[in-house]
Amino acid sequence: MKIGLVCPYTWDIPGGVQEHIMGLAEALIDLGHQVSVISPADDDAPLPPYVVPAGRAVPVPYNGSVARLAFGFLSASRVRRWLKEGGFDVVHVHEPAAPSLSLLACWVADGPIVATVHTAIPRSRAMHAAEPILQSALEKISGRIAVSEAARTTLVEHFGGDAVLIPNGVSVRKFEKADPLPGWPGSGGALGFLGRMDEPRKGFSILLRAFEMLALERPGLRLLVAGHGDADEALAKTRPALRDRIVMLGQVSDADKVRVYHSVDVFCAPNTGGESFGIVLAEAMAAGAPIVASDLDAFRKVLRRGQAGELFPTGNAAELAAAAARLLDQPELRAGLSAAASAAVRAYDWPVVARDVLRVYEAVVPAADRVAVAPQ
Amino acid sequence: MIAAIVVVAVVAMLGVYVSWRAGRLDRLHARLEAARAALDVALVRRSSVALELASCGLLDPATSLLLASAAHDARSAQSGEGNGQELPESDLTRALRAAFGQPGFRASLNGTEGAEELLMELESAAHQVFLARKFYNDAVAATRDARRRPLARLLRLAGGASLPEFFEIEDSLVGTGEADQGADMPHLTG
Repeated sequence: MKIGLVCPYTWDIPGGVQEHIMGLAEALIDLGHQVSVISPADDDAPLPPYVVPAGRAVPVPYNGSVARLAFGFLSASRVRRWLKEGGFDVVHVHEPAAPSLSLLACWVADGPIVATVHTAIPRSRAMHAAEPILQSALEKISGRIAVSEAARTTLVEHFGGDAVLIPNGVSVRKFEKADPLPGWPGSGGALGFLGRMDEPRKGFSILLRAFEMLALERPGLRLLVAGHGDADEALAKTRPALRDRIVMLGQVSDADKVRVYHSVDVFCAPNTGGESFGIVLAEAMAAGAPIVASDLDAFRKVLRRGQAGELFPTGNAAELAAAAARLLDQPELRAGLSAAASAAVRAYDWPVVARDVLRVYEAVVPAADRVAVAPQ
Repeated sequence: MIAAIVVVAVVAMLGVYVSWRAGRLDRLHARLEAARAALDVALVRRSSVALELASCGLLDPATSLLLASAAHDARSAQSGEGNGQELPESDLTRALRAAFGQPGFRASLNGTEGAEELLMELESAAHQVFLARKFYNDAVAATRDARRRPLARLLRLAGGASLPEFFEIEDSLVGTGEADQGADMPHLTG
């Protein structure tokens, strides 16, 4: 199949949507399909061979913050040219309600269009004002996908109709194997955390309290933290005696991120909410890390009701500490959870998820001819 | 006797002076109110034209959506929702600037029916905002200055009225940012 993917956000700045498209594109290519991605990017930006740049994204205020988006008639004509040259069987746009390339693609394309909605946005009056503009472009979409139940609710509320739920994928082979960081996990045991420290919903403060409880009885135990946030501010809340046993790496590269998952005895996901899927959790599973996670609905589902990772009552530091202690004391329990996690995450591996997406393509393709450029 | 006359005269002159100062403050406040009303009208008009431009189908849907949401936020702020009016108005300016800042923007609309009229209307609405804001801030400066005088403060000539605030927004469609392409902008505002 000839597949055109449309990315609304600039390729050179990492983000969830971009990563999703990269994972999907590579999985589809591996399955033998011809894939082209169009994305906002400078013409001279270093891009994978399957990405076509649509020109630089312009910073512009949108929805209360400044977003880098590609819009306007020049971007539209780039998309038009890409469609003409591509001769795609299906065009798959991502985040079609963002004022960027995906919306433009819906506007200029004629033929089978599939759309994936990533974010859940509350229905606002601003959306109401924009609805007629969106409606005419979005009406052309013949197959809709939502990555989470929340995203699906958004879509249904805003535009009616329904959507297929296909979760985010994770590239298991990228996480499977890596060397631990030098000196880790060490003989005294190590806990790990990845995510924004200053985002309360990620639950880092809960982990800190649990670590304090554990560290008093376990003199060798350390905590490895990777992610954005003010390290000094986070450490100021803990006992001074424990501070040198908490190692903050800050923002890490993709390669180091994989190594972090392989550097700890117990990986903790103490989130208190908001995670519709938990890409971090899926990555940790792909790396085969023994996991202790909050008992959120989404986490419970991904971790197969506790078979692929210990669950603790959300927000309860003492229970988190107890669960982590069980894992630290029992290597065989850790090995069992690790194997179960590696097996469970297969369901979210990109080749598997990409096949689900392909089924959606196949469902819309017979209904129409190839994607053409709509007459203006 | 002479001393008494002098005292009465001084008191009378003082009274005249104070009432003159109070009258001046009063006039300044009236001017301020009129300037604010004119500014509000100009802002409402600008956001209305922006919304019209967004929904007229002349622009691509992405640009339309950006303009519509920025114009909508500005209008909500104008009717007193949310906190602060300056940021949404500046955001609307930036959205307009991003829309018009593309090279060849005007040429791309050439020949489209109604495009020239709408652009000119937007141009004039934006210029009106620029002027109204200038005059309003002038009035604010004059009023603040008058009210800062010791006599005005001592005698509380302004009564309970709060000190007027400047209205600070970006209102020039010709920006300094990277989106600035000059030539295709509506020819605007100093």
